[in-house]
Amino acid sequence: MNPLLSVTGLTKSYGAVEVLKGIDFDVAPGEKIALIGPSGSGKSTCLRCLNFLEKPSAGEVRLDGERIGVRHDRPMNDRQLAPQRAEMGMVFQLFNLWPHLSVTENVAIAARKVRGLPAKEARELALEMLAKVHMTHRADASPLELSGGQQQRVAIARALAQKPKLMLFDEPTSALDPELVHEVLKVMEELALEGRTMIIVTHEIAFARDIADRVLFLDGGRIVEEGPARELILTPREPRTQAFLRQIRH
Amino acid sequence: MTSFIEPYAEHAGEWLPLLLEAMGNTALLSISGFALSLAFGLLLAACRNSRWRALQRAVALYVVAVRGVPLLAILFLLYFGLPGIGVTLDAFTAAVLGLALAFAAQVAELFRAGLMAVPAGQREAALSVGFTPYQSFTLIVLPQVVRISLAPLIVTFVSLLKDSSLASLITVDELVLTGRAMATEYFLPLQIYVAVGLCYFLIAWPFSLLSKRLAPRASR
Repeated sequence: MNPLLSVTGLTKSYGAVEVLKGIDFDVAPGEKIALIGPSGSGKSTCLRCLNFLEKPSAGEVRLDGERIGVRHDRPMNDRQLAPQRAEMGMVFQLFNLWPHLSVTENVAIAARKVRGLPAKEARELALEMLAKVHMTHRADASPLELSGGQQQRVAIARALAQKPKLMLFDEPTSALDPELVHEVLKVMEELALEGRTMIIVTHEIAFARDIADRVLFLDGGRIVEEGPARELILTPREPRTQAFLRQIRH
Repeated sequence: MTSFIEPYAEHAGEWLPLLLEAMGNTALLSISGFALSLAFGLLLAACRNSRWRALQRAVALYVVAVRGVPLLAILFLLYFGLPGIGVTLDAFTAAVLGLALAFAAQVAELFRAGLMAVPAGQREAALSVGFTPYQSFTLIVLPQVVRISLAPLIVTFVSLLKDSSLASLITVDELVLTGRAMATEYFLPLQIYVAVGLCYFLIAWPFSLLSKRLAPRASR
C-alpha cells in the first residue's frame, strides 16, 4: 500500500544549531506512530515540520503523494499552505483553545470559514465531534471554565472537525495534572480503535506501547531506533534507547 | 455653607446653558481627539510590527519623543508655531490634532501590548485548522487584542478628556475656558470651578465604571 505520509531527509536548523539531522519515515493509512525521546531530541520540531508550523530547512513531506509546503520548486507562504494544513489535525501541548469563543464555536468555526459549511451544519458537526470526546455537556461553556483535560478533549474535537487525513498530537498530556491524563488518553485510544492515522509525540511510554503500531525513538535530531511498539519498548536494541527507557521507568 | 450654595440657585438659569454648551465642546474635542488617536495609534502599531526596520525605528522614536514632550508644548507648537511655516490651524483643529498626536503614542503601545499578550499558540492553532494568516488575525487574534485593550483604552480616554482642558490655553471654548470667562464675569470662582470640575467628572465617571467592569474579564 502507498504510504499516506512520507517524510524524506527532513532537516531543520535554527542558525547554526541543527535540530533535525535528516529524518526519514513513512506512515501507512490507519497506522499509529509514537515519537518518543528525551527533551531536546527534536520530536516536537519534527511533528511541527509536518504541517509546516516550522518550516523545514531541507527535505520532503508528502501527504497522499502531494508535496507539502513546496509548489513548482518554490516554498509556499502561510496563505498557500492553509488548505494543506487543513488536511492535518493538530493537538497542542497547551491546548490552544480560543478563549473568546465558546466550546462549540471553537470546534465549528473552521468548518464554516475554511470549508464553507452553513452555520447549522457546522454546529451539528461540532456537536457530533464533541460527542466523540465526551464533551457535549459543556458545549456552551467557555474554554476558560474547563479543566485542562476537558480543554484538551475539546481541542481534539476541533482537530477532528477538520476531517483530517492525519492527526498530529504534540505531547497532548504533558501539561495536564496527573489525574486528568487518563481521560485524554482514553479519547485518543478510542480514536485509534476507529482506525485513524495518528502521529503522537509523547512521554506516556505505556500508552505508546499499547496503542501505537510503531515507535520511533529520536535522539539528537535523528531516528536512533524504530520498530513495532511492544518490541521496541520492551526489548530495545540500541544502548541509547535502553538508557532512555530505563530512566523513564524509574 | 448656605453662602456657598446660594449662588448656584441664583445663577442656575444662566450657568447651566453655558456649562452644557462647554461640556458639549469638551466632549466633541475629546471624542474627536480620541478617535483620531485610535486611527493613528493603530497605524503606528502596524508600522511597529512591519518588516521594514526603518519604519519600526521611526515609530519607536516617535513614541519616545512624544512621551517626553508635554501636551501643552505640542498644542502651542501647532497653534502658535505652525503659522511660522505658513500653516494656520483654527484652535479646535489644532487641539484635536495635538491630543491625537500625543495620545496616539499611548494607544499604539496599548495595541502592541495587547498583541504581545495573545500567546503565539493562538495563531498557530488558527493556522493549523487551515485559516489563512488574514483569517487567523481577524477571527482569532484581533478579537482577543480588543478584549485585552478595551479597559486600558477607556482609561486612556478619560485621561485625554482631562488633558483636553489644556486646549483652553489655545482659546478653544471648552469647559475650563468657559469657566474662566464665567469666573471673571460673576466673581464666583469657587462655585464656578467646582461646577466645571463636576462637569468633567460627569463625563468621566461612566467610563471609569465601564473600565472597572471590563478589567477583570480582560485579565483572565
